[in-house]
Amino acid sequence: MTDKKIAALKKTSINIKRHVIESTYSCSSGHPGGSLSITDILSVLYFSVMNVDTNRPKWEDRDRLVLSKGHTAPALYGALAEKGFFGREELSRLRQCDSFLQGHPDMNKVPGIDMSTGSLGQGLSAANGMAIAGKYMKKDYHVFCILGDGESQEGQVWEAAMTAAHYKLDNIIAFLDHNGLQIDGAVDEVMSLGAIDKKFEAFGWHVIKVDGHDIAQLLQAVDAAKNTQGMPTLILCKTIKGQGVSFMENRVEWHGAAPNKEQRDMAIAELEQKIRDLEVLHHAE
Amino acid sequence: MQNKMSTRKAYGMALAELGEKYDFLVLDADLSKATMTKMFQDVYPQRFFNMGIAECDMMSTAAGIASCGKMVFASTFAMFAAGRAYEQIRNSIAYPRLNVKIGGTHGGLLIGEDGGSHQCIEDLSIMRTLPGFVVLAPADAVEARAVVEAAMNYEGPVYMRFGRMDVPVIYDSNTFKFEIGKATVLKEGCDVTIIAVGEMVYEAVKAAAVLEDQGVAARVIDMCSIKPIDADIIIKAAKETQGIVTVEDHNVVGGLGSAVSEVVTEKYPVKIRKVGVKDTFGRSGKRPDLAAYYGLDVETIVKNANDLLSK
Repeated sequence: MTDKKIAALKKTSINIKRHVIESTYSCSSGHPGGSLSITDILSVLYFSVMNVDTNRPKWEDRDRLVLSKGHTAPALYGALAEKGFFGREELSRLRQCDSFLQGHPDMNKVPGIDMSTGSLGQGLSAANGMAIAGKYMKKDYHVFCILGDGESQEGQVWEAAMTAAHYKLDNIIAFLDHNGLQIDGAVDEVMSLGAIDKKFEAFGWHVIKVDGHDIAQLLQAVDAAKNTQGMPTLILCKTIKGQGVSFMENRVEWHGAAPNKEQRDMAIAELEQKIRDLEVLHHAE
Repeated sequence: MQNKMSTRKAYGMALAELGEKYDFLVLDADLSKATMTKMFQDVYPQRFFNMGIAECDMMSTAAGIASCGKMVFASTFAMFAAGRAYEQIRNSIAYPRLNVKIGGTHGGLLIGEDGGSHQCIEDLSIMRTLPGFVVLAPADAVEARAVVEAAMNYEGPVYMRFGRMDVPVIYDSNTFKFEIGKATVLKEGCDVTIIAVGEMVYEAVKAAAVLEDQGVAARVIDMCSIKPIDADIIIKAAKETQGIVTVEDHNVVGGLGSAVSEVVTEKYPVKIRKVGVKDTFGRSGKRPDLAAYYGLDVETIVKNANDLLSK
């Protein structure tokens, strides 16, 4: 992977962040904090890793993504619009009654969504089901799943973790967005996860720890995961909630609050500056 | 067909038999010998997945399988399907309307000795509140097999309730036809209508015979398809007889009695008496003792029919 490609993926990630800000601003609701922490993961998946076809969103051989932390749909919608599954103009109608962009992902309404999610803890199980079906049908697609750290307090995540290891689902690659915050505060204060990496390892998973905002590390981890046989892989991503918008970073109040006009303008200005910086850097090479 | 068989056994046999004609996977949660899905596993081990004692994971996994275009059956006791995994069924299966068939066995209070913790008297109520869900509760082994095949031919989520005990076979497997949304009239009558579901259908037939001896002509309807319910047959009965007695091994709150009442009150109000579990939990006991204790028997059906006609 060249620096140029990494810069392009970073730029796409920032564009997704712009969509997160604009769309949550336009409907005055939604979850920007946890959306901003996964844009690098989404950029890597949809613009480098995943085998998908925007003209055939239900193509049966496609790679699949289950956004188990479904409340961060604004980021997923931004990625899907950037990819071309639907027009960017729809993003400004997020959560409106006449829009197909629901508050949480709906596989029957939105082209490119592989599983309806929103109720936490269920996505990894669904991803396992896709992986089981893939192996049964002798298809070589991969199933990606993005889990939240707060979400990992749900017992079903651990039921699913057992299932993936038991059935040796090496076509599962899960990302854990470890931003350390949940609605009521710090994950460690609400209900600590302890050594989450060791827990997944003990459940029979291959665990890779990365900086979840480092494109090169994410790409390398996916490669390593794809080369792992006989067990599922968890890419444990250390992330920053609200990443990329300085006044939102590591602030729990941005979990489920939308920016007002002034905040939106500040955020967009900062993100646009980041894109200009990236372009300057790229041209300087 | 034997003259007595549990509907859960008929379920297992149907899965094993229909496994060649239809392409589907089967999941169970460590109860395959009780739900009888083991009969399928024995024939198609590659298509069977034991999910361990983790019903919530099982339901969402089934959703993932179905999302890839593969039909899947998920089985456990009614209590742990409709009860424990309700929200997974709601959000992972019903909301995206995925092609998952849920086999809930050991439904009702008459499963006997296991007691109130395992006697699911809420499943029909819970499952029929889910938008778009089909809810079926067969009366005997013949109907159970027909229900399984009907579910396979239907694209969308289906809940099927099966019983634990061996119960008499009512229908002739050579002639019986089942259709989702259609009830079966087992006996004609013009005085009163008895609408029953599941294993109580046989008790309703026996009660109708007792009433016949008393000079009362009771119509008997098997409402296997709780949802969609056969509204036409209910309205016809409301018009042609003096009232309806509903009979279910289920809480009278939200079950068959409620479903029939919903139709009648809107379309053609008539008197209704509900025979069922009277908003209470079950207890351990032998089936006949429990039937007498909770009024899930011929005597109670007959009494309710006579009460309805006398008032």
